[in-house]
Amino acid sequence: MTETLSAIGAVFLAFLAAVGGLARFAVQALAAAASPPYFPRLIARQVLYIGYYSLPVVGLTALFTGMVLALQSYTGFSRFNAQSAVATVVVLSMTRELGPVIASLMVAGRVGAAMAAEIGTMRVTEQIDALTTLSTDPLRYLVLPRLIAGLVTLPVLVLIADIIGVFGGFLVGTYKLEFNPVAYLTQTEQYLETMDVVSGLVKAAVFGFLIALMGCYHGYHSRGGAEGVGQATTHAVVSASILILIFNYALTQAFFSR
Amino acid sequence: MSDAAAPKIALVGVEKSFGRKRVLDGIDLTVAPGESLVIIGGSGTGKSVLIKCILGIMRPEAGSIRIDGAETVGLRRRGREQVMRKFGMLFQGSALFDSLSVWENVAFGLVQGRGMDRAAAREIALKKLAAVGLGPEVATLSPAELSGGMQKRVALARAIAAEPEIVFFDEPTTGLDPIMADVINRLIVSSVRELGATTVSITHDMVSARRIADRIAMLHKGRIVWQGPASEIDRSDNPFVDQFVHGRAEGPIQMEVRAA
Repeated sequence: MTETLSAIGAVFLAFLAAVGGLARFAVQALAAAASPPYFPRLIARQVLYIGYYSLPVVGLTALFTGMVLALQSYTGFSRFNAQSAVATVVVLSMTRELGPVIASLMVAGRVGAAMAAEIGTMRVTEQIDALTTLSTDPLRYLVLPRLIAGLVTLPVLVLIADIIGVFGGFLVGTYKLEFNPVAYLTQTEQYLETMDVVSGLVKAAVFGFLIALMGCYHGYHSRGGAEGVGQATTHAVVSASILILIFNYALTQAFFSR
Repeated sequence: MSDAAAPKIALVGVEKSFGRKRVLDGIDLTVAPGESLVIIGGSGTGKSVLIKCILGIMRPEAGSIRIDGAETVGLRRRGREQVMRKFGMLFQGSALFDSLSVWENVAFGLVQGRGMDRAAAREIALKKLAAVGLGPEVATLSPAELSGGMQKRVALARAIAAEPEIVFFDEPTTGLDPIMADVINRLIVSSVRELGATTVSITHDMVSARRIADRIAMLHKGRIVWQGPASEIDRSDNPFVDQFVHGRAEGPIQMEVRAA
């Protein structure tokens, strides 16, 4: 009995230590933003990498998500003659939930893994130690630009994903389900509120921060050579994905609970 | 003690553990200004940990590390940055930044660490590359395009680019053929002599140790078991040193299978 309790306690303590370590890492990195030097070129490079190079994969995902959403909601709503709600369902689902969540999950897989691998390789090849010996704070130089880039780039990416997703729904709605294009667009616009879009963009900013944080954190603390870097990459993607889903619920609750 | 005799680096009772494994077990060591100290010892004896404690990359659990008489253990960010400006470091695997060109690697500490203009830093980088025998045609290459020996030269140029007062060398000849190892050893001696810097090197390459060192200290199981002038290494009468210098499997040193 005592052994069981101590094992549970050890797991709980390890969890708390991990959360504490992550929070400390985030605070230390953000504290670096309080004073110069800043690295605008590094931030710009990360914005390009996270945003521009993720556009094809995010765009394709959003397009097909919007198309499937239109098809599925039409099939379901036709059972009780509510087909006219398809456009509204597509736009609300994309802006509030699917745009931010699916785009963020795709970016977590693409960018979070790459960040963990790059920083992890720098760790195991002593490049991070080299930064320190060259009077450069690794958190300021490596982590902060990625956090900033994740925070500002994901909302833009998600806004584009929203538009492409709604367009995907429009394509299926007008060409396959034979909605009138003008009526579909009117229906899309009619029930959409500013808050629907804004809440999605706020979620995107939070998710972008989390993706960059998990990529940097796991990469920064990787050890043991190639295997350690591989584990860091896996942990970065898995933990970012789980946190995205958890925070998505928390933010939805915060925005829309009455 | 007069200022002239004050050590550049002074370690007293430095201890460092990883879990239950005590890697440094009360290190007492001094390095005089302009002196070249080489620390020898087998793999996993704590040589790299010792150097990282002096650099401030790792924090010892106990003991004192003084640089120019000032305590450095527990320094906060600003204080640490000031001390770090005195240091240059050549890493075992060179640790060049993959995403930067050769000259940007060499100029990194000048541009990012000291805020120097990029054009001026590039000029210095080219001079330092020339000092280690590399022409300007190498400057724009990526580190991945260089051989191991050339990477070591670039790493040496980076270590001395900001003209540090103290230079650390971590296994400078590991992985190099004997001829390239000798080239690196000669470059280390000549460039450090030109700088007038104090150096601390760690190696298990005795040829390198004899070439570089004024004084040699031997580390075993986290303790300094012998230290003395490099010229006396062959008549130390210390069984640890004798076994290590002659590379014998039999003796008081039993190699551990697990790394520290």
